This record gives sequence, structure tokens and C-alpha cells, in this order.
Amino acid sequence: METTKKDNSRKYLNPYLGGVLLGLVLIAANYVAGRGLGASGAVKSVIVAATDVVAPAHVEKNAYYNEYKKQHPHPLKNWLVFQMAGVLVGGFLSGALWGRLKIKTEHSPKITSRKRLILAGTGGVLFGIGSQLGRGCTSGSALSGMAVLSLGGFITMAAIFGTAFALAYFFRKNWI
Amino acid sequence: MGPLVVNEVISENTNLLLAFLIGIGFGLVLESSGFSSSRKLAGVFYGYDTVVLKVFFTAAITAMLGLLFMSLFGWINLDLVYINPAYIPSAIIGGIIMGAGFIIGGYCPGTSFCGASIGKVDALVFIGGLFLGVILFSETYGLWEKLYLAGFKGSPKLSESLGLSDGLLAFGVILAAIGMFYVAEWAEKKFPREEY
Repeated sequence: METTKKDNSRKYLNPYLGGVLLGLVLIAANYVAGRGLGASGAVKSVIVAATDVVAPAHVEKNAYYNEYKKQHPHPLKNWLVFQMAGVLVGGFLSGALWGRLKIKTEHSPKITSRKRLILAGTGGVLFGIGSQLGRGCTSGSALSGMAVLSLGGFITMAAIFGTAFALAYFFRKNWI
Repeated sequence: MGPLVVNEVISENTNLLLAFLIGIGFGLVLESSGFSSSRKLAGVFYGYDTVVLKVFFTAAITAMLGLLFMSLFGWINLDLVYINPAYIPSAIIGGIIMGAGFIIGGYCPGTSFCGASIGKVDALVFIGGLFLGVILFSETYGLWEKLYLAGFKGSPKLSESLGLSDGLLAFGVILAAIGMFYVAEWAEKKFPREEY
């Protein structure tokens, strides 16, 4: 019984089928909104909106926030914010459907949960910085950029995956 | 004709509602493909699970081809679709920082939200880091500004930069993807892992 339950929780879509479906979602985004998918942009919107509530003078003063605020007077009324809210719902639905809803810290047996969480937080900080500098993350810049053949998208894609492959050896003990 | 909101076929508010629905589709596909698991995601860098590569490149070529055909049929005006601007130095260095974040943290921003949605604590902590990283960048923007704005090349397509037609470039990307799929299938047999 235990094994059957476990097997079901590890059942995933065929990756090529998943890829075609993700491609169709990306086409829908371009057809509807004239833009691709994204994730880090939503984080930025929320931060600018929150800072604008807590410290509006700071948004005025900081060139990076201010530029964004000028282009998006209502930072939360933003395509990516609504899209990311959808991602949370969609991910939850799929997890519920496949019996994968579980509070858990996933890590290699060779490292502790605590170490995994420190690494996850560190990776998040790096991704936060890199996505701002690179004007988008794996979804917004690499995937969506490639779909519209953008030069920037191909460069970001190559830099992200190239670096991760190049560093994989040094971090292998965290994963395998 | 698409894009719907740019051509004012739908209103700005309908666009936001559709963004939410498209996001649900995005989340469903990511989670059901296994992108809620950092150990599955990181597998591509060690060969034991290459789901990232397969899903990512299948999606890219599907969307690329789909958009080119829709443009050919007159269903979408690709001139009105957002093309990411190319700032070469910041795209490369930003990508390098993100690549390091990927192998250390095991998620990227989209997949971390997907992981958090089914209860992964490591994904939630990654999101915390993500917020911190964006704030750090914004607060130290003065230090990055020169690099951030350097090497602006407009918003070119790779096909234009290489002097190829869009169709020929897409064909080349498809061939490259098929080559990578072969390597990926080989790697999964060569570096198998039962439990992860």
C-alpha cells in the first residue's frame, strides 16, 4: 500500500508532452498579451508596490524603483503578478491531483535539511540579483526570449545553463 | 488578430484575467512535469534526470514554430510582440549569476513558486532569498548602473544578427534541440539514479 501511494506521488507527465503543453501556454501568452511568461518581474512589482506603501519617499529617491514606478503607476496591477498568482493555483491543483501536497524540505541524504535551506536561500538571493541585472529569469528572458527568437534570450539561456553545468562538479555533494 | 490586448480586441482588465488563467496553465504544466522538485530540476546538471532540458527546449521550439506559423496565417502580428532588449554584458553576467543560483539553490524563480505551492519548504526559502536579492540589487543599483545599461543593441532577433531568415533559424534550433534530446536520453541511461 505504501509503495503504491509513493509511486503515484512520483508520477509525472511525459517531458516532451509537458514541453508541448508549456509551449502552447507560452503561445497563448503572446497571442493574448503580446508578451511571454515570467516570474522574477512579479517579485519586482510586489517589492516596488510594498516599498511605495512603506516608504514612498524612498521610491522617489531610488533610481531603479523610480524608473519602474514611472512606467507602472500601479505596480500590482501587472500582468506578471496576475500570472504568478495563477502559477500558485495551478501548481497547487496539480499537486492535489497527483497526491504531492506535503510540507517537506527536499534534500539529498548526504546533507541536512538545515544545509539545504541555507543553500536554497543563497541560490534565491543570487537569482534575485541576476534576474534584475539580466532583465528577466529563466522564464521571462531565456524561455520567452527564445520563443520570439530574441538575441538577448539566447544569450541569457546560454549563460544560465552554461554556468550551472560548469559549476555542477563543485556542488555535486549537495545533489548526488 | 493577435496580440489581442495590443490590438484592443480585449480590454486591459480582461488581459489581467487571462493572465491569471494562463498562469494556472503554466503552474499546472510545471508541477505535473516535476518542476516542483529541486532534485529533479538539478538532475539535468548530473545527467540522472534531464526533464528540465526536455521540457524547456520542447516548449521553446513549440512556441517558436507556433508563433511563426500563426504569423504566416495572419493570426498574430509578431511586430507587436515584445522582444527582449539586448544589453549584452548585463545579459551575460546576469545569466552567470543566475546559473550559480540555479546549481546552488536548485530552483529558478518560476519553479520555486511551483514548488512552494505544493508545500516545499526549500522552495519557500528560495523565494525569500529571491525577494532579498531583488531588494539588494535595487538598493545598490548605483553600483550596477553602468554595467546594467552597457552594450545596448536594441531588440534584435538572433536571426537578424546572424543574417538568417526566422524560419531557417527556427529549423536550426529544432535540429540542435533534437541533438540535445539524444544526449539527454543517453545521459539518463549512463547516470541512472533509483531514488532521489
